[in-house]
Amino acid sequence: MAAVTYGSVKRPGSKGHRPPPRFVPAKKISWRERAIILVPYLWMILFFLIPFLIIFKISFSITEIAIPPYSPIITFEEGAMQIILHLENYTNIFTDPDGTYLRSYLKSIQVAAFSTVLCLIIGYPIAWALATSKSATRNILFLLIIMPSWTSFVVRIYAWMTILKRNGIINDILMTLGIIDSPIHMLQTDLAVYIGIVYCYLPYMVLPLFSALMKVDNSLIEAAQDLGCRPIKTFFKALVPQTRSGIIAGSMLVFIPAIGEYVIPELLGGKDSILIGRILWQEFFNNRDWPLASAVAITMLAIMAIPIIWFFKNQRKSGGKA
Amino acid sequence: MYIKKETKSLMLRVLILSLALTFLYLPIMTLVVYSFNESKMVTVWTNFSFKWYQALFNNTAIITAVGISLTIAFFSAIASVIIGTLAAFVMVRVHRFFGESAFLLFMTAPMILPEVISGLALLLLFVTLGDIIPVFSDRGMITIWIAHVTFCSAYATVVIRSRLVELDVSIEEAAKDLGAGPMKVFFVIILPAIMPAEIAAFLLSFTMSMDDLVITSFVAGPNSTTLPMLIFSSVRRGLSPEINALASVIVLVVSMFAFGSWILTVRKQKRKERNQALVAAELRKEKAATHQ
Repeated sequence: MAAVTYGSVKRPGSKGHRPPPRFVPAKKISWRERAIILVPYLWMILFFLIPFLIIFKISFSITEIAIPPYSPIITFEEGAMQIILHLENYTNIFTDPDGTYLRSYLKSIQVAAFSTVLCLIIGYPIAWALATSKSATRNILFLLIIMPSWTSFVVRIYAWMTILKRNGIINDILMTLGIIDSPIHMLQTDLAVYIGIVYCYLPYMVLPLFSALMKVDNSLIEAAQDLGCRPIKTFFKALVPQTRSGIIAGSMLVFIPAIGEYVIPELLGGKDSILIGRILWQEFFNNRDWPLASAVAITMLAIMAIPIIWFFKNQRKSGGKA
Repeated sequence: MYIKKETKSLMLRVLILSLALTFLYLPIMTLVVYSFNESKMVTVWTNFSFKWYQALFNNTAIITAVGISLTIAFFSAIASVIIGTLAAFVMVRVHRFFGESAFLLFMTAPMILPEVISGLALLLLFVTLGDIIPVFSDRGMITIWIAHVTFCSAYATVVIRSRLVELDVSIEEAAKDLGAGPMKVFFVIILPAIMPAEIAAFLLSFTMSMDDLVITSFVAGPNSTTLPMLIFSSVRRGLSPEINALASVIVLVVSMFAFGSWILTVRKQKRKERNQALVAAELRKEKAATHQ
């Protein structure tokens, strides 16, 4: 079949129609604009960029019983400046005899990836149903979908604890109906972690998909159907390419934070679901090993660098409409 | 049996949405139902009672934590909206300045970065700065506020930016041509036009700040236990029916807000439709008058 690109065709008067962006000539930036840039820029440099440089620095230090609890990297001895970089934290992570760290990195990536796929499979139909509703019902449905995420995050996880636990609601119902004889072990399993992540991250998937679906050119879908495409083929050939930026944005909004998730595996997961966020928390709060926690964080960042850059480029292209 | 394509699609939509809403609301509803349960066993129903609400309102630790959380959320939301407006303005209106990509990255990354990393990074910053500036040496509401503003302003920027992009530049240019200064243009033309987005950004930042647990745990001090931190520690210790009552109160407040905002949008839409109808009628009249 010949490739026909209708990509930029927009029917005037359709919902997605907007006047073309004005050409902005390169002009000199006035002092007033400089002042406007400076406030958010300085805030983010001070409270976002510099903290990462500090994490990086401290990851080369070792713990000491002191305040703060790590060894200084730069010391002055006999008038000469000395820089001592300890690589122990990183060698610990990669050569730990039990492989605890490497295993938990792999497990985190696996859990995050699988949760992302689940969110996409569940979220796409929801976003589609929202986008194709009448505008009056759409408003209220939209509100209903995102309202749970305005209530407390910890409370929502707690709600799943009461549902999934040994004498919880699901086991109660199944036992009374006589489907099972003894309660199923659901809390503190990977299943519970997946349920928790999907439940809490679903809105982050639905929102970008919804805004992408709202911009879809329906004539392409109709054309595909008229040309005899089956629904599945229409979906993959006409709908998915048009909502690509929404799919990327939604997936990254789920995948990247889910890698470092702490609360969900802590409350719903078992002792074996040691995700990397939990390791970092334990090293920091329980073992008070700040340098090791920093090294864990830097390694986590290195893993996430590629997805973060991908998300960032996608956001720039789509004009930041998440 | 032949079913029309539209009916089929409608049925599919209803099915999807009812499944989705059941999944989203069932856990919350169970909490609300069991908050009226007399038994201490969270899931064994005995009698209807307001006992746990009484316990909740007499629990000074929870009331204090609510106060701390509300204060931090309010000031975080204000600062986030200000920074978010400035950042959105820069992104939409100022082009090609030094470090533009870095600026965009800084304003997006706090949204997606795992909270354990952001929390650890900010804490280490406060510890390092504490030697130089005494404000940071004792951690508490100020350090929590800074941490919250940093990630909330990223969300505020997204919301405000999407509205600012759609704004018609010609009105501003007309105002400028008529001699309005940049400040006046901003406060008289731009601000009223982006007001809905400003309010949305404020509410989003407020709820984000109210809800944050992980970053807050890193940067909080001994006397600044926020509500999520308190809930988390009591949930970790074991199930407590007071949390059910608290959850129901939160659900009630949030749904009242959501209902209010829904009423507002419906009203606005109706007003808009009525105005459009009036304009159309006027135009028809005029047309008829000129034809005669």
